[in-house]
Amino acid sequence: MSDQDLIIRDLHVAPAAKPDHEILKGIDLAVGRGEVHAIMGPNGSGKTTLAYALMGHPAYVIKSGKVLWKGHDLLKLSADKRARLGMFLAFQYPMAIPGLSVASFLRSAINARRSGLNPDPAVDPTDAFKGGIPMGEFRKLVREKMTLLKMDESIASRYVNEGFSGGEKKRLEMLQMAVLEPEMAILDETDSGLDIDALRIVAEGVNAMLNPNMGVLVITHYQRLLNYITPDTVHVLAAGRIVASGGKDLALRLEDEGYAPILAEAGLEGEVGDEAPDGATPNEAAAPAMEAAH
Amino acid sequence: MATSRELVSSEYKFGFHDEVDYLEETKAGLTRETVEAISRFKREPQWMLDFRLRAYEHFLARPMPMWGGDLMQIDLNKIVYYRKPSEGEEKSWDDVPDKIKKTFERLGIPEAERKFLAGVGAQYDSEVVYHSVREELSKIGVVFMGTDQGLKEYPELFRKYFATVVPPEDNKFAALNSAVWSGGSFVYVPKGVEVPLPLQAYFRINAENTGQFERTLIIVDEGAKVHYIEGCTAPIYTTDALHAAVVEVIALPGSKVRYTTIQNWSNDVYNLVTKRAHAHAHSTVEWIDANTGSRLTMKYPSIYLRGEGATAEVISVAVAGKGQHQDTGAKAIHLAPNTRSRIISKSISKDGGRTTYRGQLKVVPGATGVVASVRCDALLLDEGSRSDTYPYIDIQEDDTTMTHEATVGKISQDQVFYLMSRGLTENEATNLVVQGFLEVFTKELPMEYAIEFNRLVKLEMEGSLG
Ligand SMILES: Nc1ncnc2c1ncn2[C@@H]1O[C@H](COP(=O)(O)OP(=O)(O)OP(=O)(O)O)[C@@H](O)[C@H]1O
Ligand SMILES: [Mg+2]
Repeated sequence: MSDQDLIIRDLHVAPAAKPDHEILKGIDLAVGRGEVHAIMGPNGSGKTTLAYALMGHPAYVIKSGKVLWKGHDLLKLSADKRARLGMFLAFQYPMAIPGLSVASFLRSAINARRSGLNPDPAVDPTDAFKGGIPMGEFRKLVREKMTLLKMDESIASRYVNEGFSGGEKKRLEMLQMAVLEPEMAILDETDSGLDIDALRIVAEGVNAMLNPNMGVLVITHYQRLLNYITPDTVHVLAAGRIVASGGKDLALRLEDEGYAPILAEAGLEGEVGDEAPDGATPNEAAAPAMEAAH
Repeated sequence: MATSRELVSSEYKFGFHDEVDYLEETKAGLTRETVEAISRFKREPQWMLDFRLRAYEHFLARPMPMWGGDLMQIDLNKIVYYRKPSEGEEKSWDDVPDKIKKTFERLGIPEAERKFLAGVGAQYDSEVVYHSVREELSKIGVVFMGTDQGLKEYPELFRKYFATVVPPEDNKFAALNSAVWSGGSFVYVPKGVEVPLPLQAYFRINAENTGQFERTLIIVDEGAKVHYIEGCTAPIYTTDALHAAVVEVIALPGSKVRYTTIQNWSNDVYNLVTKRAHAHAHSTVEWIDANTGSRLTMKYPSIYLRGEGATAEVISVAVAGKGQHQDTGAKAIHLAPNTRSRIISKSISKDGGRTTYRGQLKVVPGATGVVASVRCDALLLDEGSRSDTYPYIDIQEDDTTMTHEATVGKISQDQVFYLMSRGLTENEATNLVVQGFLEVFTKELPMEYAIEFNRLVKLEMEGSLG
């Protein structure tokens, strides 16, 4: 393990609105540069919560645990700083920003990403005329990546995710990833909502982006995606914990058998919570797990 | 930490305008003699003096409006109603405080214009620019000059249209303006002429004071086309607590007029403006109107659709911060068949600021086939801020298609997080959401104005976030 790996240690996370109600109950995971890890797991098991916690969503609180990356205590940094360090999250449900064009959004994001942790005060990432990427270079970069993802250029003048179809939103997430060149990418169900051809195009696009410098965490329900993007490791997240890890065959096995046998092996049939988290009554602790396991 | 907006307005208070020497200045307070003196100074024809006096009488008789904003703090007896700037006034750019220069810089205003806006250099380059612009315009028969000069040089045309759109009896502040008006623009575009570039008012107002009672008259003849732009994003310094302007636009059949306003008054000004247009058959009138700054703005750009097939559009933006009230809106009065109107209003309230949308949509009996829409969106940036909507709708013709939509919203945490996850700071993320909210307005501006306007809003937002 190097300090360049993403290292998650015993991470406990709860919603800020219900801080005694842990969703993640101790996650341990390490993703090295150049590695692809897949996370699978039943609905409501905490996959998106993990992605949000890693990105720094203010609606979640870290109850305990640590996340280290690139020599930083990641949990101490705001979301924008994590992004400028090279962390990227492709959202399961990308947000619409009415009135903000895709082009200005991408330009602002590229400028922010490139400014790193010590931004030049003369550059305003949100102002096209105050430094940052030159217009010509920007156009060239976006065109190139749109071609890679077989996207129509007309999307550049549309407003971010406004009126986009499910598949278009996912593709725009991938376009962002392509231009931002992250060092750690979390893809939260990027495959959901894509048609068969789009899935292939996006997966090939992601494959083209893979490089020895970037770690990838792919959250998915379907083994199909993993036919294109071959994971080094597959993890099963259930009831807020990683209950199994293995090679690519684990995904195949899940596809075949569903989650029940693996959850059973992990002792997670209908009831969990052998150790209630601090401050929570056993009932509270068990509630989300019950939901997840059924 | 003092915000840049505060710095600007407080600097302006003891800014660089304090030592201006006024050659001909009326005393504070408004009397019949003041009105007569103004007319005499200007060597006006008798009819204008009579008009001013008629307006003065109405101003006295008319009570303060009790609706809208709080006008009780205005002391009409303390206001100086006319001043003519001294000729030899010379001030140096070096005297302008650094902070002001910085604000201009941040707004990205070109050097030459900065000097002008800061009130230095009476023989500012704008005069040169203006002269060459005017020469070009006169080749195609377009008149673009000060309203006082228009009265002198085009007496018949002037008299034919002046006060036909906004009579002095319209409201108390229109009466006040009619009695003491000075400055403003006079524009005439002849039949069939399309003015290729926007007419920019601030190149014209050279040594003139930013008129507190300016009066603008724009006549666009049949089939002609023009875009007039008033103001800029730089904070407007004024020693006057009251700005009461009147703007009249006459769009003759088949013409097209767009009137764009961006103004940023310092935070102690009452900005009470009557803007109205007559749209004749198959003409198009568009008001593009932004209101930032001021203590209270009451302004409702109106369009009277008088001829069949006329089209009206009003897109307005209001930003109210601490201690500010923007009481703004739009009116579309459909007097003829097959006329169309579209009103879009966007407002932002922050730091306890207050915005009010006050609009009127009227369709008279017999004006069949009208299509009208009103959309008001308010964004509240914090709990203490406030926004109200009063859309008066009076439709007296069954054959009307009308839609009305109003929303009040907040910036969502999820939108901000989404942008932050792409590397933008919380402030930058909020700014982008706000920019998007205002895009329907901004995209109507010429590019350099759009950039400046976005920067202005950004500065205002920093005031609330910083
Ligand atoms: N902000 C929140 N407030 C309250 N409960 C929350 C919050 N966020 C998530 N939860 C709950 O935590 C659990 C895990 O949610 P999460 O979105 O992480 O699941 P997921 O594994 O991504 O599911 P899916 O496969 O359906 O996307 C769910 O029961 C969800 O309802
Ligand atoms: Mg999820």
